[in-house]
Amino acid sequence: MGYPHPPHPKETVVLSKHFGDAEARTFEGWVTRGGYEGLKKALGMTPEQIIEEVKASGLRGRGGAGFPTGLKWSFVPKNDGKPHYLVCNADESEPGTFKDREIMRWTPHGLIEGVAIAAYAIGSERAYIYIRGEFTEPWRIMSAAVEEAYRHGALGGNVFGTGKRIDITLHRGAGAYICGEETALLNSIEGKRGNPRIKPPFPAIAGLFGMPTAVNNVETLAAVPHIILRGAAWYTGLCLGNPKSTGTKLVSICGHVQRPGNYEVTLGTPLKEILYDMAGGPRPGRRIKAVIPGGSSVPILTAEEADATIFDYEGVVAAGSMLGSAGMIVMDDTTDMVYQIMRLARFYAHESCAQCTQCREGTAWSTRILERILAGNGKPEDLELLLDLADNMTGKTICVLSDSCAAPIVSGIKKFRGEFEAYLKKLRQPALVAV
Amino acid sequence: MADELVNLTIDGYPVSVPKGTTLIEAAKQAGVLVPHYCYHPSLSAPAVCRMCLVEVEKSPKLLPACVTTVAEGQVVHVNSPGAKKAREGVLEFLLINHPLDCPICDQAGECELQDFVFQEGRPSTRYSEFAKRYNPVEDFGPDVLYVPNRCILCTRCVRFMDEVAKEPVLNVSERGDRAYIGIAPEQRLDHPWSGNVVDLCPVGSLISKDFLHKARAWELDKTAGVCTGCTQGCNVMVETRDNVVVRIRPRPNLEVNRHFICDYGRLNYRWMNRGDRIEAPLVREESGEGFRAVDWDTALARLRALVAGGAGRGAGRAVILASGMASTESLGLVRRLLDRHDVTAAIQVPVGEEAPLPGVPNLALRRERIPNLDGALLLGYGLDWSGAVAAAREASLVVLLDVILTPEEEAALADRTVVVLGTVAAEQERFAQLILPITNPVEESGTFVNRDRRIQRYLQAKAPPGMARPAWWIAAEAMALGAATPTSAAEALEYLGESVPALAGVTHAELGLTGRVLAGAGAAAEVAR
Amino acid sequence: MSDTVGAPRGPQRGASAHGGHGTEADAAYQPVFVGETRAKLEKLFEQYPTKQACLLPALWMVQEQRGWISERAIGEVAEVLGLTPAYVKGVVTFYTMYHTHPVGRHFIQVCTTSPCNICGAEDVVKAFLQHTGCGELGATSADGRFTVIEVECLGACGFATPVLIDDDFHESVTPEGVPALLQRYK
Repeated sequence: MGYPHPPHPKETVVLSKHFGDAEARTFEGWVTRGGYEGLKKALGMTPEQIIEEVKASGLRGRGGAGFPTGLKWSFVPKNDGKPHYLVCNADESEPGTFKDREIMRWTPHGLIEGVAIAAYAIGSERAYIYIRGEFTEPWRIMSAAVEEAYRHGALGGNVFGTGKRIDITLHRGAGAYICGEETALLNSIEGKRGNPRIKPPFPAIAGLFGMPTAVNNVETLAAVPHIILRGAAWYTGLCLGNPKSTGTKLVSICGHVQRPGNYEVTLGTPLKEILYDMAGGPRPGRRIKAVIPGGSSVPILTAEEADATIFDYEGVVAAGSMLGSAGMIVMDDTTDMVYQIMRLARFYAHESCAQCTQCREGTAWSTRILERILAGNGKPEDLELLLDLADNMTGKTICVLSDSCAAPIVSGIKKFRGEFEAYLKKLRQPALVAV
Repeated sequence: MADELVNLTIDGYPVSVPKGTTLIEAAKQAGVLVPHYCYHPSLSAPAVCRMCLVEVEKSPKLLPACVTTVAEGQVVHVNSPGAKKAREGVLEFLLINHPLDCPICDQAGECELQDFVFQEGRPSTRYSEFAKRYNPVEDFGPDVLYVPNRCILCTRCVRFMDEVAKEPVLNVSERGDRAYIGIAPEQRLDHPWSGNVVDLCPVGSLISKDFLHKARAWELDKTAGVCTGCTQGCNVMVETRDNVVVRIRPRPNLEVNRHFICDYGRLNYRWMNRGDRIEAPLVREESGEGFRAVDWDTALARLRALVAGGAGRGAGRAVILASGMASTESLGLVRRLLDRHDVTAAIQVPVGEEAPLPGVPNLALRRERIPNLDGALLLGYGLDWSGAVAAAREASLVVLLDVILTPEEEAALADRTVVVLGTVAAEQERFAQLILPITNPVEESGTFVNRDRRIQRYLQAKAPPGMARPAWWIAAEAMALGAATPTSAAEALEYLGESVPALAGVTHAELGLTGRVLAGAGAAAEVAR
Repeated sequence: MSDTVGAPRGPQRGASAHGGHGTEADAAYQPVFVGETRAKLEKLFEQYPTKQACLLPALWMVQEQRGWISERAIGEVAEVLGLTPAYVKGVVTFYTMYHTHPVGRHFIQVCTTSPCNICGAEDVVKAFLQHTGCGELGATSADGRFTVIEVECLGACGFATPVLIDDDFHESVTPEGVPALLQRYK
């Protein structure tokens, strides 16, 4: 539901059903609401059956990459005699995205259930949930829930009397966006700098502590108990025409809309419905100018492009952007696009891990050029320079942070060139004081 | 299969390399240099500088050649427009915060950033009007300064200290473009092998205090040498400027020292430049008081006479007290010169603390601080120094080969017939009959045999002072071998091969510049030790 | 639109390397990992295959107790976990939530990344700077009560402007609401 707003009729409420319902946070409250049935059912299945079911459901990673979840699990070797690890990525840091936070705040046991099922499916007895350091409230709620789950036998050495062991450890981040990248996250758990690793090897073969590991996003894992309980067919039925994009997706909408919040929609819903019907459209008297549909790392869409977009993995790509984490940043006609693109670039410059040259230097340099433009000192060649730097920063580094910095710059210049030129031609007052 | 070969094409050159080889190493085989910074063959590959991105047909993205392994039929382009554009981009990014202080930077002339920018960088920067990152110079250790402004964060130094020296005192601190190489609080970069970070640094960020502003790289003459510091036999480059040794650096030899040398060996070169050298042959005046400088013919005639035993003392017993700094050739020929005597020969072995480099098997600064211990042993020199000194009391002839004696030892030789073959003028005037000037190891070519019986060549790096000659030459001339007289160190070694089985057939030419392990008959030397 | 360019750029190098850091006299240093804290850490060891993995949790324990992570504390953590001080320091400086110098009693982090920025976050920052008396970002108020910094995305973009004061997460903070909010932190 569109927490903190009442559910909208066009939503399909699965994961967000209990958002805002504090009682659902407790073990008993969760069980009363049908909780832990998915886990119990899963424990009666074989790991292979679970993986097949999740494969059949068409569930794809909700963290950003959209990789099929069941397939990812199937890459973890079977009976190799090594410890396996399930890692839940709760390092939600992509600007515009705040859905995992609500899942942890309102339905912590739903996540624990999903983590436990996934751990069982890949033969892992120990799972880690990596929660970003800034999420103090979700941390407290998750800690309490894990403790309760142990107390009620939903975790530990004999889960629900089945003799199976599943342990969950919460691991707190400490302020690093890059730890949302799965291999950086693994390094961070290992007590290292959050530097992304070179792939291959992929985590399924050599992940946490060098062992076979599956890393899944919070929302992905939260969907798993529902799939197990209600079956893959039910989940594939949650689809509006594109069989590659099934199920529901939490969409975080923020920025210049009347009702910012999380809306749960069936994939394939027109973006326009989310924007105008659910989130209430622009503020009175305002017009939407731009929409970043999938978290700050994806190309910016103009209002017209956004209006014509079908909201699923393929639909957003067809519109020239990406579904990403479905964190939708809406900007109306009061927005200074140049300033906001600078803010995004500054964000990436701040978060670059410093490993790859292009990212370390390119994100900072791009930011300085944007600051210079905003200070009224831009040069006529600055836009071409930014585009060329973006080209040098794209597709050349270990992870995609550098690409993510380039994406809004490139799409911003392409689609809102007039705003940049207004600064360059001094038709617009400087928004920054030169430093 | 370890030796399974993979065939691929790199910039049009076909090449076959063992399975598992990285593209960057395969390219070397094909004679193609893939520009790189963070990659180093003796360290792990983090693939962070992104300089070695190459185009591999059928791959959608450029791939880092340092971590991508070869595949059958691969077609690789190092110099395609896409790869060149990527490198140009990296170079520009590296330069935005790099000061263009090459005129005062020690690395200039041997700087990989300078080289690659010159080769394929942009003609000018587009980073106009912005201030460059500035951080003050830091004193990292006894011989290492860190100039953070020049640092390109390749992390070779961090990895060396971590993986090879196993004393991780360096780190990458902060992140993004604020990152720099940090050193642990209250710690110093003072590991006995830490100087290698200066060589590993591809730019002028880590620099040697010893070499600071001493010379420009292009003024240096570089000569392949072997470190004289201990029995390890690390391969080095002796770098001279105007006939003065100003720097010793490692020369790669994967069998001996990989790419490294210890700080002791690195900094132990000042003696090579000593000015107080013996520059002419000196014979004692008939009066017994003082010496007279003579030409070599006179000196050699005198030497022959002394060896022939004209004084009639001690019934043909001779003692050689030699330095382990002497070449195989010199030790061998001096020994041969006294063949008709009953010879006791020993070498002087100064010792110090052992200092291993933990990340490389069988690599350490060794206790025995001479380069040719094993060479001496296989030529019949012993280690019983005091026994040899005692024997000298009774000997009819004593030859000192570049050794400095204690006053007590000197006293033992007071009334003996002593021939000195020496480098520096010492107190020998007190007791020697004949003083002959010889070259030191950087003034001659020769060979040393290291502790693993690896015989390795070193080449002459600077001119000898005055009339100094290699000791082997003096011995050879004194032996009057006629047409068989060796005229070079190479011939001297071949001459020795005729009488020393271990050296039979060993030639300078076949040794190349990395040497080889001597076959067989190591046992005697080992027992002697 | 705001006219500030005060991005949270991390400490300047010069400051961190040459005495800008807070210092703790050797004699005054009391170890963190004793008694209950030690027991808590030991219990954590059971949950990971390596001690090194407990580095981030251990650093959190130090910061919870001391308010910041001094070089002496870095040394202690390194010793307890079998790591080197250089290594630990490299990790500490990577993560922005660890303080390498003392901060005010209450540490205020205001999100100013794009989604919040377009909703007026920079005005919220100004209000905090004004009402805490900090004056500028990163500075501690004269009474030692507050330090205010801008942070990148706090992950509550639908609740602009989110503010983290110590461990309390406040949503939808407006400039007008700042004085009342500050009243709760003495």
